Amino acid sequence: MASVELRGYGWRHAGRKARAVTGVDLRIGSGERVLLLGPSGSGKSTLLSALAGLLPEDSGEQTGELLIDGVEAVKARERTGIVFQDPQAQLVMARSGDDVAFGLENRGVDAAELWPRVDAAMAAVGFPYGRERETNALSGGEQQRLALAGVLASRPSLLLLDEPTANLDPEGAGQVREALRSVLAASEATMVLVEHRVAEVVDLVDRVVVLGEGGGLLADGPPGRVFAEHGDALTRQGVWVPGAPPVPERKAAGSPGETLVRADGVGRLHPGAAAPSLSDVDMAVAAGELVAVLGANGSGKSTLALMLGGLLRPTSGRVLLTGATAPPHKWRAPALARAVGSVFQNPEQQFVTSRVYDELALGPRRVGYDEAEVARTVGELLERLRLSPLAEANPFTLSGGQARRLSVATALATAPGLLVFDEPTFGQDRRTWTELVELIAGLRDEGRGVLAVTHDRDFTAALADRTVTIHEGRVAC
Amino acid sequence: MLTLEPMTAPAGRIARRNPAAKLGVVAVISIAAVTTTDPLTPSILLAAELLALPFCGIRLGVFFRRCRLLLFGAVSVTLVNALFAAEQGPELIHLGPLRIGETALFTGAALGLRMLAVAVPGVVVFATTDPTDLADSLVQQLRAPARFAIGALAAFRMLPLLAAEWELITMARRARGVDAGADPVARGRLFASTMFALLVGAIRRGTRLATAMDARGFDAGTPRTIARPQRMRTADWALLGAATVVAAGAVAVSVAAGTFQALFA
Repeated sequence: MASVELRGYGWRHAGRKARAVTGVDLRIGSGERVLLLGPSGSGKSTLLSALAGLLPEDSGEQTGELLIDGVEAVKARERTGIVFQDPQAQLVMARSGDDVAFGLENRGVDAAELWPRVDAAMAAVGFPYGRERETNALSGGEQQRLALAGVLASRPSLLLLDEPTANLDPEGAGQVREALRSVLAASEATMVLVEHRVAEVVDLVDRVVVLGEGGGLLADGPPGRVFAEHGDALTRQGVWVPGAPPVPERKAAGSPGETLVRADGVGRLHPGAAAPSLSDVDMAVAAGELVAVLGANGSGKSTLALMLGGLLRPTSGRVLLTGATAPPHKWRAPALARAVGSVFQNPEQQFVTSRVYDELALGPRRVGYDEAEVARTVGELLERLRLSPLAEANPFTLSGGQARRLSVATALATAPGLLVFDEPTFGQDRRTWTELVELIAGLRDEGRGVLAVTHDRDFTAALADRTVTIHEGRVAC
Repeated sequence: MLTLEPMTAPAGRIARRNPAAKLGVVAVISIAAVTTTDPLTPSILLAAELLALPFCGIRLGVFFRRCRLLLFGAVSVTLVNALFAAEQGPELIHLGPLRIGETALFTGAALGLRMLAVAVPGVVVFATTDPTDLADSLVQQLRAPARFAIGALAAFRMLPLLAAEWELITMARRARGVDAGADPVARGRLFASTMFALLVGAIRRGTRLATAMDARGFDAGTPRTIARPQRMRTADWALLGAATVVAAGAVAVSVAAGTFQALFA
């Protein structure tokens, strides 16, 4: 029920030259439900942190004003609640009920009133377990619902949501949106939501505010009008506008070539686990085809990708690359890197050096290219993946889309014939998404075999020549 | 380390005791064990501890399996000390070139026994105390700052994630053509760089968690209320009292028997 007022608001993080947010004039009335959009790097997350009062004065430089119910945001923290993207980085306690109680303890809620409020909040988000349930044993969707309950228990009058479903599989994301829908129906709180998958959340909001690339607002109004007037511009900026034309299909032109990798009855029993996470999987990937591996989070599909990529030892069955006698998990790393390029879900986990150029040169050097070949390979990759201006940058400072392109480029550097991607399009805006689809289609059409683990239906529809669905550790028919 | 076989039932006697009281027991026993260098005091303490185990609701099988390494350590300490100080005291054992003196063996045994006498209650307390209860009790009974106790608890919850992260970083590097093979220097370097990547990731995640905690009012300065009261009950005082009596008794017996040798004397 809080109202928000921004007058010429801007913020520059300490140590950065450019402003994260500039010149925002915005009034949000009490009880309004706002979807905040903008291209990546337009400062949506910074603005949300500012609204949550999480930008202390000494962490940067503010211009203009940001008031919540007429008070500075830092002093209005009791009235706001924020849910972040990563469930693991916002759950505090080991037991679910304790986690919801955490915020209430901090705000000095009386012991007698505390537990009933915890129970009510857990019921409001449809949390399926009791207070004692371990937070580490929850699925991503359950963890995000618990995080939402923890925020709701404090009864915020301004609810802020920073891409709350971006880290979840479609099922988990659906659960969180369902919870949000019923919570909003029962509450009068003002809401600001950041989310670039617009179609799924558009019925939760009554107003869309779009930040401009160079500061200020690009558009502001009811969803129907904003999308009718600015739909094309938003699509170009990378927003998934509802009703925008679908991305064209890019299926393989020719028929697949020779088989590159084959799995025969592979399974994996993690040490200490009671049941195998994967069993009896037979599959193969051939040159010039893209095989999409589908399945819910935890179904074992990532495990399968690691085993086919020679990074994890199967505990039963075997994986063989064509022409080799030893299974790939026994190979030395340089030999493996020449045959298979693996791209992980989180690009940062794969970066080893502190310069984009070195990052690309690492693989070729390890497999024994001479310096002239290394320089040529790196130059070509920088050009092809539009990373040339960033050659001297630190990989850890790249934007999400750039980091993803770099991680793909590193896998290509040693010219492997087989590429294994784990969720290549995860959490990307439409612009980066389209680039990735084009890039991966191109790689396949050059004759590489591609295995992509994904729960992105659009990606599968646009690219997959074949799909394999894993359900509870087995290939589903 | 968080998936260990439980040493007691969740409602076992010792698991229900106040964590601060249990820490008190460890402190009292440790003080008694380190005041003296004789073997008698730690022997009495250890005997009392082992006698108390079944009454605490400890599953003995699990306990002894968990203590194997500890026992090995204690025996090694005894032997090493006995051998290195071999010529001290009248000769007790004579095996070929090996002569072990009485004093040497006694000093060694005293060290091994002290290690066990301090470690056994430590193992029991660690294995039967829920981390959340411990943090609550630190704040409520021992007046530790919540910022420290709850912060440490939140960090502790992230430990299992680090193990998974380590595996992932190692695999990601292997995919890039980076491995160490059999070369020990390369292994050391790879270990260090993997550790560095792990730390960078942990700091990043920790910072995000701290922000999320502050967003929920953790740094608000409002006096916190307590969702899970921890109390010192009669049984907790009795446990602490019993430990004090045993500790004092062990020292008293040692003094009466004339074997007491103050550590700093």
